[in-house]
This record gives sequence, C-alpha cells and structure tokens, in this order.
Amino acid sequence: MQILITGIFLGGVYAIIAVGLSLQYGVSRIMNLAVGEMLVAGAFAAFWFSTAQSLNPYLSLLVVIPVAFCANWLIYRYLLLPLVRRAKTRGQLEVDSILVTFGLSFTLVGIFLWAFGGQFFNYSFLSVPVEIFDARYGQNRVLAFAIAFVVCAALWIWLNHTRSGLSMRAISVDTRAASLVAIDVEKSSNFAFALGGAIAATGGMVLSTFLTFDASIGIVFTLKALVIVIMGGVGDIRGAIVAALVLGITETIVARLIDPGLTLAAAYVLFLLILLFRPQGLFGRAQT
Amino acid sequence: MKLTQTDVWRGLAILVVFFVLAWLPVVPGADGWLSIVVPITMYTVLATSWAIFSGPTHYVSLATAAFFGVGSYTLALGLESVPYPLLLLMAAVLGGVMAALVGWATLRLSGVYFVIFTLGLAELIRQVFTWYQNNMGGSRGSYVFTEFTDKHIYWQLLALALLVYLVGWLINRSRLGFAIRIIGGDESVAKHSGINVAWSKIVLFMVSGSVAAVVGAILAPRFVYIEPAMAFNPQLSFMVVIMALLGGTQRLWGPLMGAIPFALVWEFIAANFPAQTTLLMGVAFLLVVFYIPNGISGVLIRWYHQLRAKPGVSHE
Repeated sequence: MQILITGIFLGGVYAIIAVGLSLQYGVSRIMNLAVGEMLVAGAFAAFWFSTAQSLNPYLSLLVVIPVAFCANWLIYRYLLLPLVRRAKTRGQLEVDSILVTFGLSFTLVGIFLWAFGGQFFNYSFLSVPVEIFDARYGQNRVLAFAIAFVVCAALWIWLNHTRSGLSMRAISVDTRAASLVAIDVEKSSNFAFALGGAIAATGGMVLSTFLTFDASIGIVFTLKALVIVIMGGVGDIRGAIVAALVLGITETIVARLIDPGLTLAAAYVLFLLILLFRPQGLFGRAQT
Repeated sequence: MKLTQTDVWRGLAILVVFFVLAWLPVVPGADGWLSIVVPITMYTVLATSWAIFSGPTHYVSLATAAFFGVGSYTLALGLESVPYPLLLLMAAVLGGVMAALVGWATLRLSGVYFVIFTLGLAELIRQVFTWYQNNMGGSRGSYVFTEFTDKHIYWQLLALALLVYLVGWLINRSRLGFAIRIIGGDESVAKHSGINVAWSKIVLFMVSGSVAAVVGAILAPRFVYIEPAMAFNPQLSFMVVIMALLGGTQRLWGPLMGAIPFALVWEFIAANFPAQTTLLMGVAFLLVVFYIPNGISGVLIRWYHQLRAKPGVSHE
C-alpha cells in the first residue's frame, strides 16, 4: 500500500512533465529532447527563490510559468519553425528536430553548469510527515501530487471542452485538414509548444521541493517523459497520465524491492514491452 | 565484381596513405602528440561506422557508447583466460548480436522510437552492470594490464579503419547498399519493390555495432582501470554523432572531415575551458543543422562541382 501511494505521488509529477511533452509532440510535431532542461530551469528558479530570497518556492511559479512560456515560444518561433518550413517530409523534420533539440539541451546544460556549477542542489521545503493509511509521507510530495492533479485536470478540460482545445486536437489528428478548416496551424503549434514548455518547467519546480538535482539531470527526465509519452500514445493526454502513474508505481516497486539503482532499467523494460506489443500506445489505435 | 581502373588506382593510393600513416609513431618525439592522434583515429573509425548505418537510413543512433562499453568489458573480463585476438573477435560478435536485438525491437518502427531507445541504452547497460557487480561480482572496476602502448593501439585502430573503409565501400557497391539507399529515399517504395526493409537496416546496424565494440576492446588497455561509468559514457555517442554530421554522411570519407577538426577543437576547449565542453557540443549541433546540413564533405563536393562547371560557363 505504501509503495503504491508513493508510486502514485511520483507518477503524478512525471505526469506533469509528460503532458507538457505530449502537447509539444502531439500538436507541434517536435520531439523535444530539451524538455528535461526546461524542468531543470524550473528547479533552479525554485531553488533560488527558496534559498537566496527565502521565499516560498511555490511563489517562483509566478515567474517560472510566464518566463518558460515566452522562452519556449521564442524557441519554437526562431529555432524550430524554420525547420518545419524547410522539411520536405515528416521524417526529415523528425531527424532535424531531434538534432536541434539535442543541441539546445546541451547548450542549456552548458549554461546551467556555467551559471551554477556542477554540484548537487537541494533545499528543504515542507518536509513534514503526514499520515495516510497508517504510513507517513512527506507533505511536499502530497502537495506536488495536488499540483499535478490540478495541471492535468486543467489541461484535460481545456483540450476537451473549449474551442481552442478542440483546434489543438484537430491539429494533432491531421495538420493539413486542420488548416483547411481555418485553424492557424503555425500559431497554434507555437502556442502548444510554449505551453508544453511552461508545464514542464512547472513540473521541475514541483520536483525540486523533494528531489536533489544538478545541472545535467535533465536528460534522465527527458528519457522518462519520452517513455511515458510513447507508452500513453502520441498526443494522448489521458494515456500520458495513466502511463506516468504506471511508470511511477513500477519505479517505486523496483526501487523498494530490488535495487534503487535499477529505476531506469525498469522504465526500459516497460518501454520495450510497449514497443513489442503495443507500439501505438496504451490507448492508441493501430495506424494503417 | 568488376573493378575499373580508377578503383584500382584509388585503392592503391589509399593503401599508400595508410602505409605512410603507419610510420607516424616512429617519427622522433611522436609520443607527445600520439595522445591526440589516437583519439582522432578512434573517432574517425567510430564516426565512419556510424555513418555507414545512419547516413543512408537517417536513423540517429546513440548506441555507440553502449557497444563501446560492451567491447571494453569483453576485453577486461576475458583478458586472463582468452587470447587477445580472439577477444577482439568476441567483442565484434557481441556488438553484432546486441545490435541485432536492439534493431529487431526498434528498427521496424519509426525513427523516434529508435533514437529514444538508443539514447538510454548505454545508461541501461551501465545500471544493470553496476547492479550485477555490486550484488554478484564484488568489485566494480576491472584492471586491464597489457604491454600495449599508444603506438600499438594506434596501429590496431589504423588497421580497423582500413577494414571499415573496405567494408563501407563493398556495402555501397552491393545489393544491400543499393537497397538501403532506396529505403532512405522512400521506405514504402522500397517495400513495394520487394526489399526486406527491416532486415537490411538490422544488418547495417550490426556492422556499425560490431565495429564500435571492437574499438571499445582496442581502447580498453589505454584506460588501465575500467569502471562502468567510464566505459558506458554517453558523451561518446554524442561526440560520434556530431563528428559524423559535421563531416557529412553522404560519402565514406565524410566523417573523417568532421572527426579531425572537432577532435582538435574539443581537445583545445577541454584543456583550456573544461567547464564549457557541454556548451560547445550544444552549439556545434545547432550550427551544423542550421548552416551545414550536408556537412563539410557536402560543402567540398559543391565547391568541386562549381569549380568544374566554371570553365564550361565561360565558353558560352
């Protein structure tokens, strides 16, 4: 039971990052391999708020969300859109965007290392235990899960019950058909990419309240987010949330019962199973 | 297989170049800069074998570090009981088998799955290896004591480079090479003309994987002491990708054009600004994709064609 709840808490935070990436990949068609660095940027902002300014780290969201949104908007507009326009085929865009976002990821890690150095960072926030079903959990983790729930629910409502959300879903189904029904694909893709980045940075801020991080940890979360997005089915928010919870629970089980050093291996086994048996994702339909 | 006269002359010229390069360690005072020449040769071999697979197929492989690490460990663990040449062969076989397994799981799907899978592969093997050694094996690292110096490693790498060029050239001329170029152009066309798409990709990936594993085995004596974090360093995979892309993957000699300048710049930055190497890698990736998508060899080929075209234009 304790393992299950810890796993769900962890999965909730993974879900924030994964829905961010899912939005970027599903709508903007960019497999953003720098998503982990957005997360680290959010974590650094929270760290700075908490230690240098001695403010509540959650206040940093007031800065993190708009800044991450603008930064990702600019990244899409000036780095990725030229590639989208240049690409003749989907495959070409895939290769180019993978390489560019790798470049971006390394550049950002380089900047973090230069600005903050290579050591590990953590700070203490709400590390007070709270009792649920006769077991103790850190309050910071419970709060993180609550935030994850709010983010995912808000995104879900937006995508499924508003007009602009509908146009996002239309783009993720068929880009060309979407532009035929008067959806500005470039503008919407840009918005989706920026929003996805802002969500990922929020995830990083939340994560930093209970996790020790360093400048180059982003790649680990990029990998986990990618596994989740593929497991959930590309562009499928509901699938991503379920997959994130599955990954969180699996990792916790492996870490508690076998060895904490094998969490990535656990994620990989899940990934491999999905590739072999359901490459279209948990809820995806087979493509023709 | 028919050889034209140019093929023969070209082959002889390459042999002469390699023969001259083989005398490099004998030059007086060579020991100092052999420590730069060895990594350059290593990267050239790795990047060329990477491009044999990834150039025509456009599948970005980040598995080099995984193969390299497996090769290094094959040597380190078998050194006491198995003769050295046999170990190199074993590394090649292991690398090939691993590539076949990874390829079988991922190469039937789109490129994104492949990139993601290979991205974490080195880290995955490292975790499993560390876990295994912690729980079953005792110590984490292994010592590799041989009588090899940089000189011997350099000669082995040089021989391997020659082999890689030969294999790459043969593949280009073969049915497989033709098939893979069609697959790179349009996969559904390839399928409809009866090409076994998955199989062709897997075979090429196996070539690339076994070469990387052998390089790992050859380089192992240079480390003296091997531990998982070193042998499976993911940075190696990215270095190889950026060098191959910088050089250009359209020609067999392309990656060489990328490996030499990038390795020199890398050495310079690592020696003077060790904290900025990651930044350099990121910026290099961005510059290559935006400004020289066909690599240095692509630029050279364009210049060559322009030079040849000019006299023709002036006659009109």
